[in-house]
Amino acid sequence: MLTFLIKRLAQAGLVLMSVSFCSFLLFNFVGDPVQQMMSATASTEDREALREQLGLNASTPVQFVRFVGNIAHGNFGNSYRLGRPVERLIAERLPATLELVAVAAVFALVLGIAMGLQSGLAPTSLLARITQWGSLIGVSLPTFFIGIGLITVFSVWLGWFPAFGRGDVIQFRWWSTGLLTASGLQSIVLPAITLSLFLMTLVMRLVRGELLEVMRTDYIKFARARGLSKRLIYLVYAFRNTLVPVITVIGLQIGSLVAFSIITETVFNWPGLGLMFVDAIQFADIPVMATYLMLVALVFVVINLVVDVLYLAIDPRLRTGSGGSGAAT
Amino acid sequence: MTASPAGHALSVRNLSVEFPSGRGRLLAIDDVSFDVAPGEILGLVGESGAGKSLTGSAIIGLIEPPGRIASGEILLAGRRIDNLDDTQMRHVRGREIGMIFQDPRTSLNPLFTVSRQLTDTIREHRPMSATAARQEALRLLEMVGIPAAAQRLDSYPHEFSGGMCQRVVIALALAAGPRLIIADEPTTALDVSTQAQIMKVMKDLCKSSGSAMMLITHSMGVIAALADRVAVMYAGRIVEIGPVADVILHPRHPYSKGLIASIPSLEQKMARFSQIDGAMPRLGRWPGGCSFHPRCPSRMDVCSTVRPELTEKGNAMMACWLDAS
Repeated sequence: MLTFLIKRLAQAGLVLMSVSFCSFLLFNFVGDPVQQMMSATASTEDREALREQLGLNASTPVQFVRFVGNIAHGNFGNSYRLGRPVERLIAERLPATLELVAVAAVFALVLGIAMGLQSGLAPTSLLARITQWGSLIGVSLPTFFIGIGLITVFSVWLGWFPAFGRGDVIQFRWWSTGLLTASGLQSIVLPAITLSLFLMTLVMRLVRGELLEVMRTDYIKFARARGLSKRLIYLVYAFRNTLVPVITVIGLQIGSLVAFSIITETVFNWPGLGLMFVDAIQFADIPVMATYLMLVALVFVVINLVVDVLYLAIDPRLRTGSGGSGAAT
Repeated sequence: MTASPAGHALSVRNLSVEFPSGRGRLLAIDDVSFDVAPGEILGLVGESGAGKSLTGSAIIGLIEPPGRIASGEILLAGRRIDNLDDTQMRHVRGREIGMIFQDPRTSLNPLFTVSRQLTDTIREHRPMSATAARQEALRLLEMVGIPAAAQRLDSYPHEFSGGMCQRVVIALALAAGPRLIIADEPTTALDVSTQAQIMKVMKDLCKSSGSAMMLITHSMGVIAALADRVAVMYAGRIVEIGPVADVILHPRHPYSKGLIASIPSLEQKMARFSQIDGAMPRLGRWPGGCSFHPRCPSRMDVCSTVRPELTEKGNAMMACWLDAS
């Protein structure tokens, strides 16, 4: 188990290095930050001085090594646009995004698994037909379209939820939460639904498909022939067997919730990392972009690690060789 | 067939199973009747598609929809069970009828320990504490001959060999002490040396517990080793039924003769294996009269027009026009 973790952490480090290097290469083409930072009337000497001060005259490899060296010292650089340390900016924006992603993930998992179980166990029922049909919409409609649609109906026509922003937040040290205020809770509903819809329908269809498969297996037939209760057969014996593929997809998709939140945050003007990233792109704010991408990569790596550990917890067949091989002697 | 059903562990009376299809309904089992006495092992033998397994599924009430029992009665120790509702039938399954499937490796849930699967089954039918159920699980594993059962209780199915898995499956089927065990090809998926062990375990357990067994197989060898009586099925009907000794040594029905002649023998040197020509027709394409007549070496004119009924011939019963006069 320990060797497994160490191996995984080493791999994670490599992944992060490659991501940062690739993003660095790409940033050479996003535009000239100096152009954006100085007024149009600034002299060529001033521009050169700034360029020198930012270290932009060095070659890309040198810039990259400098960047990594700084990160190793916990220094992510200053935002070109705001002139403030990037880690501060991120710390300010992170809670909003994480809360949005967490609420969306809970929506997606709870509703997706529930609907998947229902439509997998009673595939011909009316409810199953409705959710099955509805899930096509969730899978095929683009996020921004869903967001704008929800705003139109629930904010503009019905006026039930605010159309943008995060509502009131409460500050705990460096963490700001909107989950403890009425307006914060109201504000998170629409963006969370928007963000979760794709994952929800994906989870639902996956649970349903896996369940239909598992219900045909011999061990479920045998369990029925032993007179076990439906609840035990469906919710314990069958459900756990659907989990391995479901967790794989959920793991990958929670990572993309963070990534997809860029669109949702833009639509709802949600003050999170995604919005910050979009602003940074428009301004060619390289330190912000680089750090954001590294953070997203880190999220993916961590989630993959969690998924791998979950596999071991769920499927005993994968455990052999990495820690005691059960009771077999 | 006139004996009182109450004395039998299982009585099947004129059972028919049908599948609705585009062209009306297809009879997959057609008017099958037989009895199994307590402690008796009845073999059900025939080619794939003859309706052996379907008969087993019908008795335990697990026919895959849209198949359904069209007519007939199934009595377990004199009590009708084919008309029970879902909940009542659930208490019959496991508690009164145990079922053993073909492939032990896929019959066990891979994600749960053997003890969990056993105790869940035990406690479903016999209210007892978790500790008592665990004790009972251990007793069952020892009963089916799993060595060092106490250490293996918390193992997962993948940590057992195929033969050991089938022992666990048998323990699961016996967990609530059923009066009837339906074993559907219980040894087919095992290697030959394990087959003999598993057959011995099943025979001993039947004898010691007094449970009746319905042994479904396509192998006359397994029937000869285990069964007391045998019913030969062809195209959804029983064509011959009687004591194993009579049917195997003196088969009367041409189909039984063909099946038994196709068992390779060590004593007789054969140039080639004897076989029954042709194949069993698909469901829905069964010919009129005696279904076997197109493949029968001794068919007569009457065979293609009138269906023979099961009639007594010595110790056995058979459905054939040969020496019917």
